[in-house]
Amino acid sequence: MDKAIISHGHADHSRWGHKSYITHHTNVPIIQHRLGEINVTGKDWGETFVINNVKFSLHPAGHIIGSSQIRAEHKGEVWVFTGDYKTEDDGIAVPYEPVKCHTFITECTFGLPAFTWRPQSEVFTDINNWWAENKAEGKTSVIFGYSLGKAQRLLRYLDTDIGKIYTHGAIENMTEVIRPLTAMPETTRVTRETKKEELKGNIVVAPPSAHGSTWIRKMVPYVTASASGWMTFRGARRRRAIDKGFVLSDHCDWQGLLESIKATGAEKIISTHGYTDIFTRFLLEQGYDARTEATQYEGELGEENKKDEAEDN
Amino acid sequence: MKAFAELIRKIDSTNKTNVKVDALTQYFREAPPKDKVWTIAILSHRRPPRPVNTTLLRTWATELAQIPLWLFEESYHIVGDLAETIALIIPASEESSEKSLTQFLEEIIALKKKTDEEKRDYLHENWTALNYYERFVFSKLITGSFRIGVSQKLMTRALAKATDIDIDVLAYKLMGNWDPKTITFQELILEENAADYLSKPYPFYLAYAIEDTPEDLGDVNEWFAEHKWDGIRSQVIIREDELFVWSRGEELVTDKYPEFEAFVEALPDGTVLDGEILPFKNGAIGTFNDLQTRIGRKNITKAQLKKTPVILKAYDILEWEGKDIRDLAFAERRKILETLYAKVQSEELPLHLSETIEFSNWEEAAKERERSREVMSEGLMLKRKDSPYLVGRKKGDWWKWKVDPLTIDAVLTYAMRGHGRRSNLFTDYTFGLWDEEKEELVTFAKAYSGLTDKEFRSLDAWIKKNTLERFGPVRSVTPHHVFEIAFEGIALSKRHKSGVATRFPRMLRWRKDKKIEEANTLEDLKQLIPSAAKSSTKDSQEKKAN
Repeated sequence: MDKAIISHGHADHSRWGHKSYITHHTNVPIIQHRLGEINVTGKDWGETFVINNVKFSLHPAGHIIGSSQIRAEHKGEVWVFTGDYKTEDDGIAVPYEPVKCHTFITECTFGLPAFTWRPQSEVFTDINNWWAENKAEGKTSVIFGYSLGKAQRLLRYLDTDIGKIYTHGAIENMTEVIRPLTAMPETTRVTRETKKEELKGNIVVAPPSAHGSTWIRKMVPYVTASASGWMTFRGARRRRAIDKGFVLSDHCDWQGLLESIKATGAEKIISTHGYTDIFTRFLLEQGYDARTEATQYEGELGEENKKDEAEDN
Repeated sequence: MKAFAELIRKIDSTNKTNVKVDALTQYFREAPPKDKVWTIAILSHRRPPRPVNTTLLRTWATELAQIPLWLFEESYHIVGDLAETIALIIPASEESSEKSLTQFLEEIIALKKKTDEEKRDYLHENWTALNYYERFVFSKLITGSFRIGVSQKLMTRALAKATDIDIDVLAYKLMGNWDPKTITFQELILEENAADYLSKPYPFYLAYAIEDTPEDLGDVNEWFAEHKWDGIRSQVIIREDELFVWSRGEELVTDKYPEFEAFVEALPDGTVLDGEILPFKNGAIGTFNDLQTRIGRKNITKAQLKKTPVILKAYDILEWEGKDIRDLAFAERRKILETLYAKVQSEELPLHLSETIEFSNWEEAAKERERSREVMSEGLMLKRKDSPYLVGRKKGDWWKWKVDPLTIDAVLTYAMRGHGRRSNLFTDYTFGLWDEEKEELVTFAKAYSGLTDKEFRSLDAWIKKNTLERFGPVRSVTPHHVFEIAFEGIALSKRHKSGVATRFPRMLRWRKDKKIEEANTLEDLKQLIPSAAKSSTKDSQEKKAN
């Protein structure tokens, strides 16, 4: 593409090889870190720019730091593309704002009534209690979250009164990029020199791919946890052979999706990645003009075979 | 209920056996006695009958969740567990109930006789009054099958730790027919109870499979071999002129095998035999397929009795003259069994002896094993001559040495999402073989085991991208992948579209090197049917592929 407007920095939404990139300015250092030398322009929230007579602007999506919805207007007709988004304010990303539009292109990764999130303050109380319990038993806590977004959300709310936070290299590298953008606690990178003894009782934040790798052996004795929307399903946790699952997502839950759609005032709804067929059928029954659109984003497909950086967690 | 839900949550949120045992032990130390009885009952699959059918359950759950029924169904296919789906879609509550587990179960039992309206009110009231996890456990109690990775053995281990009663003694006490509604913890676990003794079976001794070669077992002279019969493992008890037949699943199945009533006359009181129930017609052992007609029925008709008569192929004796002789050496027990058999055997008596075979070297044993399919067995059993009869699956004295499975290359045609740890993942597959013209693939088996987690994940992703049609939870996929399917037995079957039933099919290898044109034909499959099975299975029914 000559010009690619990028919603956020996850690998399936920001691909390599475009001639120029436009994205929110807080996402610039992130995609530069990911994609290397690229021609990129940063925009402010609500700042308009015109391409081919279409007026564009970016609006907060609340998914991860730097994530935006993309508004497009032509002859009074307004479309909004959500990228990935969540309605809860996580204290890191600028919170999601509904944008009025005629057509709303929404992701629906968790577009099933089985998904209901609890407030993150409750989830973090559970996570910190879990860490403290493991520490009392002389074990190291290893928690998995993808390295851009979930990892920083975990870091921000881990209770450093319990112990020290260690990070996997992939997470530490990304966190270094994000430090100038938002407050992050002190972290220590796990390296070859890190001693088993110093890890004991502390917490290690690692990408999901580290589970089952040789890298994790240094943490013995350890207990594992995953923080993801998929942890809603008992089977998902068991399948991954993880000791503990915390339901914590950077996407909307069922109610979040429905409320967001309502708030836009849109009549036409296009669903992308997730349980699109089911979600669309429900919307049609609710009286919306709804359809699905195939994308290269990893929805249902991405769940099981994504790399660390895919964001369907 | 709070404590029980917490127990289930702890067990369910770990993969470590020791953590499960510790959680159970603690529960068995602290819970009220009656709750303990119910917990034992639930974990050993003695739950009360389902008070509400699942259609009504679904309907009433969707009322609370305010979603259409089809959306509930779609969610269920993805979640993979009915109780879990119900618990997830009903709006959150932070409440927790003070009612005990026993009270819940008493209410659930009483519920069966209530009107639909009362049932609905009861469910709505409890679903909204319980928090997520309690709601899940409550729904599980209603829907049944509490499979959460706790075997009876594991539970018994925890109970032994909590009560300081020997684990084998406990296993014995927990066998048989006891009713959680009426029995107390004192009666079930703590007391010696002579009245229950009459029908009580002994825990079965189970063999492990030989990993490499039998040479590792040492001197061949220390071992007896027998053919491994492919029927229903059973214990036959004759005490005080009464007959009791137990299956390995601890089910009392006396009524299903009326021909065994003849044992009451023939065998002395105080006799317990261990053996295999086998179909036996016109002087020949049939296939497992033949036995299917006898398994699922509560009431056996005369026609069925005539069509598929059964025998007990006895291989061990556990009680003789009213005495538990499990501690005697196997060779000693065999002597008693063989003497008894010689005395009582007759044409009419449905009792046969599983012959022991002795070898002078392991090569001879291997040759005998090769003959297994001809004699309608699954391979050999190797039993140490001086071994006592142990409890449960123990390594060392008994080994099964099965014949290598039959295999065929088939094409993946349909896929369905799995359950439990495979929920939301396409792991249950249907396979087809080519018809005569090599134009159409004919379904011949379903299989869902044998691949690694990694292979399942990659196949799951492929299925999602290559779906042709959806039929509810099932998807047809582009014929593309060839798998080597292994199975234990094969027989003609009228109930299968292919005309062939296979026993325990599973995926042996993903043949990425093969194109679908190279998969086998149905004719190739039929060539594998041994002639003995062809003659005996004319009217047989299918064995569900599992």
